[in-house]
Amino acid sequence: MSAVLSAFFVSPTVQTALVVGTVVAVVSGIVGVLTITRGQSFAGHALADLGAVGGSGAFLLGVSQLWGFVLAGVVSAVAMEAIGTRRLEGRDVATGVVFGAGMGLTALFLTLDTLIGGSSNAAISVLFGSLFSVDSRLVPVILALGAATLAIVAAVWRWVSLETLDRDLAAARGVPTRWASTLFLIALALSVQLSSLSIGAILSTALLIGPAATALLFTRRLGTAAALAAVIAVGQVGVGCLVSFASYDWFGGNSWPVSFTIVAAVFLTYMGARAVDALRPLINRTAVA
Amino acid sequence: MSEGFAHHDPDVVLRARGIAVRLGGAPVLEDVDLDVSPGAIVGLIGANGAGKTTLLRVLLGILRPQSGRVHRPDRRAGIGYVPQKISLDPHAPLRARDVVMLGLDGARLGIPLGRGRLRGAVDEALARVGATGFADARVGELSGGQQQRVLLAHAIVSRPALLLLDEPLASLDPVSARDVVVLLDELRRQSGVAIVVTAHDLTLLLPVLDRVAYLAGGRAAVGTPAEVVRDDVLSELYRRPMRVIEAAGRTFVVADEGVTNA
Repeated sequence: MSAVLSAFFVSPTVQTALVVGTVVAVVSGIVGVLTITRGQSFAGHALADLGAVGGSGAFLLGVSQLWGFVLAGVVSAVAMEAIGTRRLEGRDVATGVVFGAGMGLTALFLTLDTLIGGSSNAAISVLFGSLFSVDSRLVPVILALGAATLAIVAAVWRWVSLETLDRDLAAARGVPTRWASTLFLIALALSVQLSSLSIGAILSTALLIGPAATALLFTRRLGTAAALAAVIAVGQVGVGCLVSFASYDWFGGNSWPVSFTIVAAVFLTYMGARAVDALRPLINRTAVA
Repeated sequence: MSEGFAHHDPDVVLRARGIAVRLGGAPVLEDVDLDVSPGAIVGLIGANGAGKTTLLRVLLGILRPQSGRVHRPDRRAGIGYVPQKISLDPHAPLRARDVVMLGLDGARLGIPLGRGRLRGAVDEALARVGATGFADARVGELSGGQQQRVLLAHAIVSRPALLLLDEPLASLDPVSARDVVVLLDELRRQSGVAIVVTAHDLTLLLPVLDRVAYLAGGRAAVGTPAEVVRDDVLSELYRRPMRVIEAAGRTFVVADEGVTNA
């Protein structure tokens, strides 16, 4: 095991993956707590679906899928806010058709990527991510995008808390509610797209919702929940990278995909936390008795 | 917004003149005037769709009327607003005391730091509305009546000159509703805050109302309860025979026609 560990930490691929993964985990955990608090998990899924159109289209243009994800995500966020996210949820038929069309377009682009662009791994890369194949030259950009996302979230933190409670109430307090919700949705889009780059568009909301939902089982405070979710997510990404890396030896050169191991870590942590949460009354009773 | 009157009258906290609102082409309010004095409780009474909430949103400054002017205190600290109900996920990590704290600094940018010195004011507001017992509970887990007390604490913590409440009695049992009326009466007596409250029925509120604005068909009958809550005024407003009935020390307003077994 120590041989695996020393190989793990000296591999440049792993180093890039850990840096990118840590940024994505911190951002996803913090944004995820506010997303659940605002009841916008649905918007997170929608932004992942629509971002995939950009991610898959980017291959056709020969640019990094990161730019496709980010551009499509931010444009979708602004459009969704213009239409109104609550209205979108109320009209699930029309919304389902539009997002279905987005996934259809993604399918078309992915086929064209293979046929024209010769990127045979585009489908796996866009849909299921590629933390171990992130171009190390993108690291500064990813760091900047992560910092920008956290800066937006920090700026609108209280505006968004009030707006979550009641839009009119926030407006009555002098909060520019339109700006608050639009800026938060842009932060959500950036978070989901960074996550799409790492673990794929289909799995990206796992890292958004999973660590945050786990943290919310253990605290009633918004700030504490955000910090806890970030720590949990970093742990899950780290463990996921390590297990994926180590599994190379277990299966004679065919490692488990890192997206699978990360999402498995997210899932198992959440189930474990739910179990602890369910047992809590029992433990307390034993302690009293 | 169309704020600002040439002369500021210290005896008036809120002054609305000639308010007209059309929503989707249909007139909701036509030429409504309203004055609210310090320490007064004013009731906006009317059926669902009569324009109570629309008028409240105009007074609050979040809906711009097609015509008319409103003079109101500065929004951030000067006006407290209590919505009818909130829908918050039970797991949302917002405790009752967090919601009250947002009444002091919720409009500020950036993450909250150095809130310790505000804690005394928050505890005081929670105690004032009888919410100390659930101050650390998640707001999403509280009952409708408890949430309303927390929202009231949120509204008064900044010591506003004006308090606007949307249907505070609508979903309460009669005992809780009476408790809220008593609480509003205490608040205005102790702090001099002016209170505007909407309701679809005036019976519970009438004992504490200084002025009433009865809304029907986009029009308003405004005055003291003695001036407005009368057969002739309400019949004119509703354009059908109305009766004001006194029973058991309470006042009830009913439509006169169709009540046959008198």
